[in-house]
Formats: sequence, C-alpha cells, structure tokens
Amino acid sequence: MEEINLKIKPGEFVSVVGKSGAGKSTLLKLLIGEEKPTKGRVIFGSYEVNKLHPKDFPSLRRQMGIVFQDFKLLPTKSAYENVAFALEVDGHPQEEIEELVPQVLDIVGLKDHQHNFPHELSGGEKQRVAIARAMVHNPSVLIADEPTGNLDKINTDEIMKLLIKINALGTTVILATHNDHIVNVIGKRVVSMVDGRIIRDEEKGKYVIA
Amino acid sequence: MTTTLSRIIKYGLQTFQRNGWVSLATVVVMILALLVFHFLIIFDVITGQIVTVLNDKIDIAVYFKNEAKEDDILKLEGALADLSEVKKVEYISKSKALDIFKSRHKNDATISQALDELTDNPLLASLNIKAKDPEYYAIIAGFLEGENLSGIVEKVTYNQNRGAIERLSSVVGTLQNFGLVLTAFLAITAVLVTFNTIRLAIYSNREEIGIMRLVGASNKFIHGPYIVNGILYGLIAGIVSLIIAAPLIIWASPYVSALMPELSLTAYFTGNIAGLFGYQLLFGIFIGTASSVLAIRRYLTI
Repeated sequence: MEEINLKIKPGEFVSVVGKSGAGKSTLLKLLIGEEKPTKGRVIFGSYEVNKLHPKDFPSLRRQMGIVFQDFKLLPTKSAYENVAFALEVDGHPQEEIEELVPQVLDIVGLKDHQHNFPHELSGGEKQRVAIARAMVHNPSVLIADEPTGNLDKINTDEIMKLLIKINALGTTVILATHNDHIVNVIGKRVVSMVDGRIIRDEEKGKYVIA
Repeated sequence: MTTTLSRIIKYGLQTFQRNGWVSLATVVVMILALLVFHFLIIFDVITGQIVTVLNDKIDIAVYFKNEAKEDDILKLEGALADLSEVKKVEYISKSKALDIFKSRHKNDATISQALDELTDNPLLASLNIKAKDPEYYAIIAGFLEGENLSGIVEKVTYNQNRGAIERLSSVVGTLQNFGLVLTAFLAITAVLVTFNTIRLAIYSNREEIGIMRLVGASNKFIHGPYIVNGILYGLIAGIVSLIIAAPLIIWASPYVSALMPELSLTAYFTGNIAGLFGYQLLFGIFIGTASSVLAIRRYLTI
C-alpha cells in the first residue's frame, strides 16, 4: 500500500471498496493494529496505533467493534457467551452483562438462539452474533471487513440494515466490501482502492469498477 | 480485579470441561509421568534401605587377651566413644560373652553339657564398635591394631566379612546411581511429554486466542484460564496417580518385607502420603502452568 491519506470523522459511514487484493483488509488491519505500516502513521482517537505495543492492543480494541468475513466467533462458547465475552474482558459487572447481552441479541434478532453454539447457527445468524458482540460494549467505531462475503442475498440485506441502524445510533461504521450492490444502495461515503492506492473518495459515492 | 479473577477461573473450568478429550489426554499423560515418579521414589527408598541395612551389619569387634585388665578395656571404650568417627561402643565382658553363648546354644545338649563341665570361662572380653560411616572402619581398625594396644588386644575381627560387605555396598551404590540417572531421564521425558501435550492443546486453540485478542481481551484474561487448566491437570493427575499407586504399593509391601523385614512400604507410604501428594501436586501445577505460559506466548502478539 502506498500514499494512503484517509481521514474518517466521528459518526460517518464509510465503505471501502475494491477488488480482492486491492488493500481493503490491509487498511482495516492497520487500524486495529493487526498489521504495522512500514512507514507513516495510523491514528485512532488518542491512540497512535503504529507505535502501540501488543500489550496496549486490548485497550485500543475495546474502543472498537470488529466484524469479520469469517465471523471469528469463539467455537466453544454459546451465542450469549460470545457476546458477553466482549463485556467481560472489559471488566463490566455481571448484572450489567446479564441485562445488556439479551437486549443486544434481541436487536440482532437472535433472542431465541442465545444458548446455541456457533456450529448450531447458520452463516447469517453467526454474523449477527458477531455484530452483537461488536456493538454490545458501545464502541465509537465499528469496523466490518467483508461482513457479507459469506452470506446469501437475504442475509446480506439483513446485515446491512443492522449496520445502517448502528450508524444511525451514532457509531462510526467502516465497511470493507467488494459487493457493488450494497454500496450503491446505501449511498454513503465510498473510498475506492486499486492496487494498494486510494483512487477515489466521494461523499454519497457509487461502486465504480475502475 | 475479583471479577476478572472469578471470570478467569470460570473460563478455566469451562475450557477444561468443553475441551474434554484434550483435557483427558493431558491428564492421562501427567498421570503416567507421576506414576513413574512414584515408582522411582519407592525404588530409591528400597535401595536406600538396603544400604542402611548393610551398613548396619558392619561392625568391628576387638577381643582382648585373657590377662587384659578390665580397667584398661573400659578406658579404651571411653577413648573410642570420644572418637568422632564412632557411633556406638558396646563392652561385652567375659561373663556376658558366656551368657550370650549359653543362651544361643541352650537347645544344644552337648554344648550345654560341655560348658557346665568347664571351670574356667574360655571366652574373651570384647568391644563391639559401630562407625558412623562404613568408610571409617579402616581408620578404627588401624587404630586398634596399633602397637600401643598390642599388649591387651588379642585380635580385631573386621577383615573377615569386609570384602563381601564392601562389594555389596558398591553394587547397591551403583544401583542407586543408576536409579538417579533413570530418575533424571524419566523426569525429563515426563516433563517434555507433558509440555508437548499442553502445547498441542494450546496450538489447537490458537485461533480462539487470536479472536480473544481481537475482541480486546488482555493477555492475563487469555492466559489465566490456561493456568487454571494447568492447575486442574496437576490436581487431578496428582489425585488419580496416588489412587492408582496406593493399592499397588500396599500389594507389593509384603513381598518387599519378606526380603527386607526392616522395610514396610505400606508404612512408608502412609507415613509420607502428604509429602508425596504435595510434591506431585506441585509438580503437576508447575508443569501445567509453565507449559501453558511457554506455549501460549507466541500467540499473544496479534
């Protein structure tokens, strides 16, 4: 990746688009500290991510919610426990967890599947658990890397509705995707990437094949 | 802090239970390792006992000439007792020697009759000397055979069974050294196997560890449950290995006692059960914890 100069304001909904290998995922990984830039700076709020020590990652990541294409749920924990985990790592009291987790699972429409384990859930359901986990601690930013990549059209629409809803509640959403349809429908800011460079950055943009 | 700790313990127990097969495999390996230790300890106790028994069988007897005065003998007894190499000196007077001889042969009519016909006590007074260490016997024998005592000393019996005892001692010594090497070897094997098993268990969870990092779990939160797991492995393995070893030891005890009446394995086992269990537990907990800590480190960098 080269010459990346991107600034995202609080409350925005930004879609990062481009073909596979264009650098979308790398861009997000830089933001969460999973990858380090060879040059340049990555700033997240008061954190200078590129200078963080691995032991400081937890506190950074508690400011964000992250959703992945492959869900990344903990396989030995139930839906409820997966969501609760995001609060437990932050030291939230038990009563708060017992109150919040069912609420959030209700928002994503999984009230009836709380005690199912990931292998008992469909792809769409898993991703909704992941979103519930990513939003339960009320992060300032939600980062979604191809959240609909493994889902069918109906589930994709459901997930997108959820992301828009979360954004409407004030959370910044950064979405990486190669699905032109969903980007065109939501009509928010679009950052287009090709070969590791940002070639276009438009408010109310469209996914244009470069 | 207490919330975090209780959550770590909760997850430790949960992981243990939900990774049932991995937990079982790890615990079984640790049980085997601990059983090996059990039997090495027993082996050590037996060979140690053999050495003690053998050493106890060695002593020196000085027989005094008929004309030697009892005063001189008692003086020598006092001098010997003051030597730092000497553990015990026992004076057997002529009449006591006769009593011992009589009681030993009281069922033998010919000898009893012959003794009764004697007017004179033919037995010699003697001192029985036990050294603190078998190595000292040569020094003590040298002292007794010295010129200045030649007037009263008739003979020093030491050399007769010395060869046999020394050979036995060296065999047992070799056996003990061999046991030590075997213990070290098996201990290293047990540690490595246990370490590897736990490492594999953590390796199979590496993705989960990565996910936890991405969700914002601190290292101690990820680490903690594995340490709890390690403690649990050690605890269960310690208890089970003791349960397996106990009946075996009690079963073998009479056979060992038949060979060595001085040694009761059952008594040793029941007397040292707290120590044995404590060591095993410590070993289990240490190896469980150390393996987890070492194995997990590399997955905590994401």
